[in-house]
Amino acid sequence: MPRARVLIRPKEGILDPQGKAVERALPALGFEGIEHVRIGRMVELEAEDPARLAELCEKLLANPLIEDYEIEQLDGAA
Amino acid sequence: MTRAGADAGVDGGPSLTSLPSTGAEQPAAYEVLGLKEAEYLLIVEKLGREPNDVELAMFSLLWSEHCAYKHSRKLLRRLPTEGERVVMGPGENAGAVAIGNGHAVAFKVESHNHPSAVEPFQGAATGVGGILRDVFALGARPIAILDSLRFGEIDSVRSRHLLDGAVRGIGHYGNSIGVPNIGGEIYFEAPYEHNCLVNAMCVGLAKTDEMVRAAAAGVGNAVVLMGASTGRDGIGGASVLASAELGEGDEAKRPTVQIGDPFEESKVLECCLELLEKGLLVSLQDLGAAGLTSSASEMASAGGVGIDLDVARVPLREADMEPFEIMVSESQERMLGVVEPARVAEVIAVCEKWQTGAAEIGVVTDSGQMRVLRDGTLVGEMPVEALVDGCPLYDLDPAEPEGWIYGNRTTLREEATSEEILLALLAAPSVASKRWAFEQYDSVVGSRTVRRPESADAAVLQIPEAGNAIAVSIDGNGRRVACDPYAGTVEAVLECAQNLACVGAEPLGVTNCLNFGNPEKPISAWQLDRAVSALADTCEALGVPVVGGNVSLYNEGPEGPIYPTPVVGMVGELPDPAVTAGSAFAREGDAIALLGPFSPSLAGTELAKQRGELDMGLPRSDITAVAAACTAVRDAIRNGKLSSAHDISDGGLACALAESAIASGLGCRVDVQPLRERGCSPEDALFGEGTGGFLISGDRDSFDSLGAIPIGEVGGSTIEVAAGDRSFTVGVGAAESAWRSLSSQAEAARR
Amino acid sequence: MRWGVLQFPGSCDERDALRACTLSGDKVRLVWHEERDLDGIDAVVIPGGFSYGDYLRAGAIARFSPAMEAVGEFAAAGGPVLGICNGFQVLCEAGLLPGALLLNEDLRFHCRQLDLIEESTTTVHLSTPESAQVDSRTLSIPAKHGEGRYYAPDEMLDGLEANGQVAYRYAPGQNPNGSARDIAGVRNAAGNVLGLMPHPEHAVDPLTGSTDGLRVFQAVAGNPA
Repeated sequence: MPRARVLIRPKEGILDPQGKAVERALPALGFEGIEHVRIGRMVELEAEDPARLAELCEKLLANPLIEDYEIEQLDGAA
Repeated sequence: MTRAGADAGVDGGPSLTSLPSTGAEQPAAYEVLGLKEAEYLLIVEKLGREPNDVELAMFSLLWSEHCAYKHSRKLLRRLPTEGERVVMGPGENAGAVAIGNGHAVAFKVESHNHPSAVEPFQGAATGVGGILRDVFALGARPIAILDSLRFGEIDSVRSRHLLDGAVRGIGHYGNSIGVPNIGGEIYFEAPYEHNCLVNAMCVGLAKTDEMVRAAAAGVGNAVVLMGASTGRDGIGGASVLASAELGEGDEAKRPTVQIGDPFEESKVLECCLELLEKGLLVSLQDLGAAGLTSSASEMASAGGVGIDLDVARVPLREADMEPFEIMVSESQERMLGVVEPARVAEVIAVCEKWQTGAAEIGVVTDSGQMRVLRDGTLVGEMPVEALVDGCPLYDLDPAEPEGWIYGNRTTLREEATSEEILLALLAAPSVASKRWAFEQYDSVVGSRTVRRPESADAAVLQIPEAGNAIAVSIDGNGRRVACDPYAGTVEAVLECAQNLACVGAEPLGVTNCLNFGNPEKPISAWQLDRAVSALADTCEALGVPVVGGNVSLYNEGPEGPIYPTPVVGMVGELPDPAVTAGSAFAREGDAIALLGPFSPSLAGTELAKQRGELDMGLPRSDITAVAAACTAVRDAIRNGKLSSAHDISDGGLACALAESAIASGLGCRVDVQPLRERGCSPEDALFGEGTGGFLISGDRDSFDSLGAIPIGEVGGSTIEVAAGDRSFTVGVGAAESAWRSLSSQAEAARR
Repeated sequence: MRWGVLQFPGSCDERDALRACTLSGDKVRLVWHEERDLDGIDAVVIPGGFSYGDYLRAGAIARFSPAMEAVGEFAAAGGPVLGICNGFQVLCEAGLLPGALLLNEDLRFHCRQLDLIEESTTTVHLSTPESAQVDSRTLSIPAKHGEGRYYAPDEMLDGLEANGQVAYRYAPGQNPNGSARDIAGVRNAAGNVLGLMPHPEHAVDPLTGSTDGLRVFQAVAGNPA
């Protein structure tokens, strides 16, 4: 079955405390010059009908009020 | 299940290629698995042949310290385990005592120290998960969690990391499953730097006649594995980790740490309670350390039967697992039940309702053998008796150390005034408020919590089912046990009894977790031996049975053993949840008094620690006199005579006064002269520690009949204490700022 | 009056909600998540907990249960619905309440007794906190969650305030999670669906801390079906 990867992240402008916490920790670890860290999640799946993935994201995997998503076809997307 | 292979002898089984090799010269597999040569030879003798790899893996786990208690079992025979309230004692998944009206509370404390030192979040979370399963395996619904934690000093980055992870892990698991966390304690001491302690206690409630034992019974009955599927989690995990000292290269052990899933546990919990309520289970046992190996063998041993298991029927998370891996996997959230064949379908239907797994994986036999099959082919066969009771028990070789072995560090300047000392003690992370931690735990779910953390010396839970309430306390100051293992352990038990007295409760039973160093070393052996004797003597004198417990040995770091830390959990009963007390002063103008045989000294105190003056030796407690004081306080509270009651503990009388003042926002004026008349110096009186001291407040008139000695009164906004040349005055606000400082110290981890 | 308390795998506070309904003097029964039938039930409680482990997002899976489909129809017909903590999250995910609940700002779970300001249900909220306090009451109720930061876009928040849909706010200085405008609970435009993060079912017994939570149950029950 075709494999796909869905990336979900907080919408621009929504406070992301996880991203902020990581960003704050970076200088102490010697990583300078990194900003705008945003933490989301990744869902890997196999879908018989990749055309329905957008609907799946809208309904379940992401909450469109607070999250954006991207669907990435990994192989055999035909 | 066919018996193919049984007659033809035992299949060789897979090789143990996945076990770590330790260098050029290949040690024997049994050594890698932690068995001594003599133990291996004994196994050969008991089997009448060499064990194959499946058998060797199973023996090595069941003959580990963790499962066999081979260095502690002889000592534990000293403990008093009987009493008229005892419903279940040692040997079951947890102990249980009757609380009246046909109900019992089951409880147990257990360690998850080594897994937590490797991965604190998952280690602590799965520690909670494991102790919950021990309790609901009896058919008791878990109603409370408590925890007892030890870390290195908080100024260490590693300690803060472990603290943060362990607290989040405990919260994550308990909060998600809906069992309130109602109390506990945290100490920070350098000897725990490389070997933190994470002990979790669970209390459950059951109808006495619906409780179930772990003994397998009924030849021909089915063995059903319920809950999560089995993966490679913690292969050799707790059992190997728990029996070896931690050293360099701990990072490499991370992959074997078990991952907890509280959602799965919540389903398995509800499922098991429903199965028991419907009478569908003959017996029930949780899968803990050593997984299927220990739970199946122990069930068989307790029932005097045999069990055949077919590993091919175990639902797996990874398809290519070898039989030995399946048998030793420590995947979490699994339970093993014995079911009459005619009722298997009903059991599976209830599991399906709760969306949790269920598989019939074996059968109870009359062979007395633990037999492991794969698709009907025998891959291991061992006498249950040899597995469970065959491990040799060792005598210890104790030797008292010649002096203080743990080192000293001075953090308080020599010329510090009484005010400065008080503020330094209140801000000491071991004394300071633990609100930062306990606010990360749900303390109210279940609608039973009458006294939340830090509002009283013991947690109080109402039990409407029995028409009364229970109180629970957990305690064990390792530093004082290090100073004198006997006297310090007596104190740990008495402190629990005093905590219960402060809420008006009468002790019913004790559980304990003995956290010690390597018992094969003479000093740790001496500490363990003295502590167990003290635990036995004190419980005997108080008339409180020890109904269960756990032993965690080999707790050492590169610099030596941890402080010997017997953690004592005590459960008591009080008739009316509405008639209890708190530790906060209640009314302006109330008299303050001391009650009990309290004669404090600076030995082993928080102040001695800060001055770098720790040394061997503690004064002995008068157990009978302390017990009498507990009774007096308990009765006074039950008769509504006290406004507050607080046990004088870490940081001495001065800190106890400050805590009662901070909790109420009310100050006090006190003179310690009565303690000076007992021979205490002003410093002993203010900051000395010892057992038998209760700080109470209420009507002065009611104190005479109690034998309490008035020392002052509640009022104002300062803590004003007359103590000769050590007299001082500190604002309640300033004391509170110091006492609330743990949060800023702990959060330094996240900067 | 007969309440129905939903139960999902992973619910934690359903027994507490049952007890609270009983203490309110009403009848109550559990509704298993696979049930579609709410016959005979006058008001629904969606209790706290971690339905389906709160994996993916809190409440995201529970909203698809048969029982929640039935609650959707029940609410559309004007039936009173109270969502507490995880129940509030489920109602937001289901679109029965506006907004969303995010991880607490400091990423920590907090359990503490809080003061909640009950916004007037009859008068539209006036924008200054002083005037809000004049016609409202303070309730002492525990909150306990790690994912309770109320979020909605500014325009939506303005609309909620203008329509009187903000039901509860954290008292000044007591917002435990970084919620927008200190919002602790909201109702739908019709007023029959109420969700809040704090736990009124844990404030119904003087022995365990407070009885102020009974007012929340009464407020929901008083809403005609």
